Order: sequence, then structure tokens, then C-alpha cells
Amino acid sequence: MSIKNISKFTLILFVFLSINSFANTNETHEENIESTTIVDEKASLKKEIKETIDHHLMDSYDFAITHGVSFPLPVILIDGGLHIFSSSKLTNHDTHEPTIVESNGNYYKLFHGKIYKTDAAGTINLDEHHHATNEKPFDISITKNVFTIILMSLFLFFLFKGMAKKYKTNSLPKGAGRFLEPIVLFVRDEIAIPNIGEKHYKKYMNYLLTIFFFIWFLNLAGMTPFGIGVTNNIAVTFSLAMLTFLITQFTGKKTYWLHLFDPLGHSMPWVAKIPLYLLLVPIEILGLFVKPFSLMIRLYANMTAGHVVLMSIIGLIFVFKNIIASTAFPVLTLALSALELLVAALQAYIFTMLSALYFGTAAEEHH
Amino acid sequence: MTIPNIVGAGLIVIGAGLGIGKIGGSAMEAMARQPEAAGKIQTAMLIAAALIEGIGFAALFAA
Repeated sequence: MSIKNISKFTLILFVFLSINSFANTNETHEENIESTTIVDEKASLKKEIKETIDHHLMDSYDFAITHGVSFPLPVILIDGGLHIFSSSKLTNHDTHEPTIVESNGNYYKLFHGKIYKTDAAGTINLDEHHHATNEKPFDISITKNVFTIILMSLFLFFLFKGMAKKYKTNSLPKGAGRFLEPIVLFVRDEIAIPNIGEKHYKKYMNYLLTIFFFIWFLNLAGMTPFGIGVTNNIAVTFSLAMLTFLITQFTGKKTYWLHLFDPLGHSMPWVAKIPLYLLLVPIEILGLFVKPFSLMIRLYANMTAGHVVLMSIIGLIFVFKNIIASTAFPVLTLALSALELLVAALQAYIFTMLSALYFGTAAEEHH
Repeated sequence: MTIPNIVGAGLIVIGAGLGIGKIGGSAMEAMARQPEAAGKIQTAMLIAAALIEGIGFAALFAA
């Protein structure tokens, strides 16, 4: 089927869908008695979909494989000593209600996905916005995201370690190396060398390759049905952006700092520079912090937006509840999932590329 | 979400869309004129689009 036919097909589907939804609204207008219950149902359904999406994007204390099947991870709290217990104690196995956990004389309870310190009865004090005012222990638990990061790091380590070993005996790649060698070369030839320069790129290659594959593989892991959206977590993207920022600052040469605090150089006498620099230097310093901030927001927002769109489209099936919606939306979801696979690689590429660009300004020498 | 927030989000999307669209269109034109420079143009296009996108997302979070 050509692209033109596909677009025609989708257009027809959309027209049918909109007619169907119009028909639904007309019915509700005619039957006044039923309309209130239908509106209530729709509102509660929308709320449920929203909650499901929020839950999907959130980090959790146990690792859910499918609905209802999960394995517990360790909870580690620092609160006047170390408290370690299994996350299976946090919820009741049958009712899925949070239970009170006793650990070395302290009591903890789960409330909206976070662990709070409570008394023996497990009371959670709420303020007027329904936020808990209980004390929060310092939480360094191995959550789902942490677990995935550790697992993925080990996977990448052994994968590339094995690949590197094979190159010692034979210069031709084998197995996974056949697929990954062009990508490694792409990072070197298309990202590192053009942006950093022939002379200094080697120093940055290990970091660039690490973040490229780390972000890419974690983005791909987010597309699995386990709901492990590690790059949906702003703390993760913050750490990644922070690493780029720190490496840029610590490898910055004389030209880099001169460019920051003396951007005009010898082009004009110093008297004329003073009023200009009152404006220019603060902007340059602001730009210094905007760069990692935009790196952090871009990755986080792109991955979150992708997941929210996918989940919302799946949710629409339950809003429309007719045969056309339930055939068209899965197809649309499949298409968008394919697009998400592209975005997963593209975001890893852009993050690596911009990092290389910033390293390039740091490593630049006066010429 | 209140109405000003929604209108603000819409304006942001219009602005970012116009910006990225302009970059994409110009890059296409440039690639058609000079196919041998397509790789370089694509890189520059992606960087510029990523920067606009970053600002767009930052504004969406503020809205």
C-alpha cells in the first residue's frame, strides 16, 4: 500500500470516529436521565486514565513485570541509623493497601508513592492541600529506576567489554559488534571529530560513547511493557546534564575562560569594554547554566511527552468504546511506538551531540 | 489546568512549531541546492531544532 493510500485510509477512519463521537453526544442530550450518569462515568474514566498514566510514569519500590506480578526490591532508609527491609512489606499482598512497617523501633508507611515516618498506629497528618506533613526519612532505596540503571550499566559494561576483547585477536567485529561498530564509528566521525576537533576528541570519546549508549538503551528499555521510564525521571536527566556541565568546566582551557569573561578580546580599548561587559558577562554566565538546564529538560520532556501521548491514545479506546476506535487506536499506537523508537535514538544523538559541542568550546585553542 | 495556562501552552506550541518548521523548510531547500553538503546541513538543522525545542519545553513547563 502506498503512502497516499495509507493517509486516505486514516482520514476515513478519523471521519468515522468523529461521527461516532458526535452520535454519542447527541444521545446524551436526548436522554436527560441517563446523561448525568454517563457524564459521571466519563469523568471518573478520565480520572482513572490520568491516574494510570501518572502511575506508569512514576518510580516505584517494587518491580512490576505485568499487572499484579511483581518482585520486591530492597528499601534502604537512613533515619538515625540504617533501616533495610523488603518493599513487599510496604503493601498488603491481598488488598494492595499500604501497611505499617516496623524497623528498629521506627514506623514507616507508604503514602502516594513516598515513604513517611509515622507513629505505631500509622497516622498520616495532612495539610489543607492533602499533602502529608509527616517527617520523610532519607531514602536511598533501590527503586525500580535504580535497579534498571544498575542492570543496564552491567549489561553495557559486559557487552562492550566482550566486544573490546574480541578486537585484540581479530580486527573484524563479531556478533553484536557487527551491529554496534558502525554506531561507535558514527559517534566518533559524525559527533566527536566535527565538534571537538581532530586534536582533542580522544579525551572525550569514552564519555560521549558512554552517554550515547546509556541514554539510547534506557530510552529503549522505556518502550518495553515493564514501565521502566528511567529517562522520564528528571533526577536522572539532571545527573546526566550535570556530568556534561562538570566535564566542560574542568576541561576548559584558557580560551574558554577568556571567552567567558573577556569575549571581545583585543578588539577595543578596556575603557569601552566596561559598560558592555556589565551586560555581556552576566549573559555569558547565565548561558553557562542554561546549557545543562536545557539538556536536562529536553531529554526529560521528550521522553515523558512520548509516553503520555501513547498512554492517552490507548486510554481513548476506553473513552470511545466502539469497534472503530478499538481497531484504529491500536494501529495508531503501533505507528507512534515506531516513532518513539526513532525518538529514543534521536534524543540520545542530540544529547551526545550537544555535549560534544560544549566540549568543543572548552577544548578550543586560541587561533 | 486553567484557561490562561491552556492558551499559553497553545501559543508556545505555535511559536515552537513555526520556528522548527522554518528551520526544516530552509534545510530542505539548502539540501536540494547543495546535496553534497546534506550531512552538514542536517547536523546544523538538528542542533537548531533541538535548541528551539528546549526553550519550547521550558516554556511549556512554566505555563
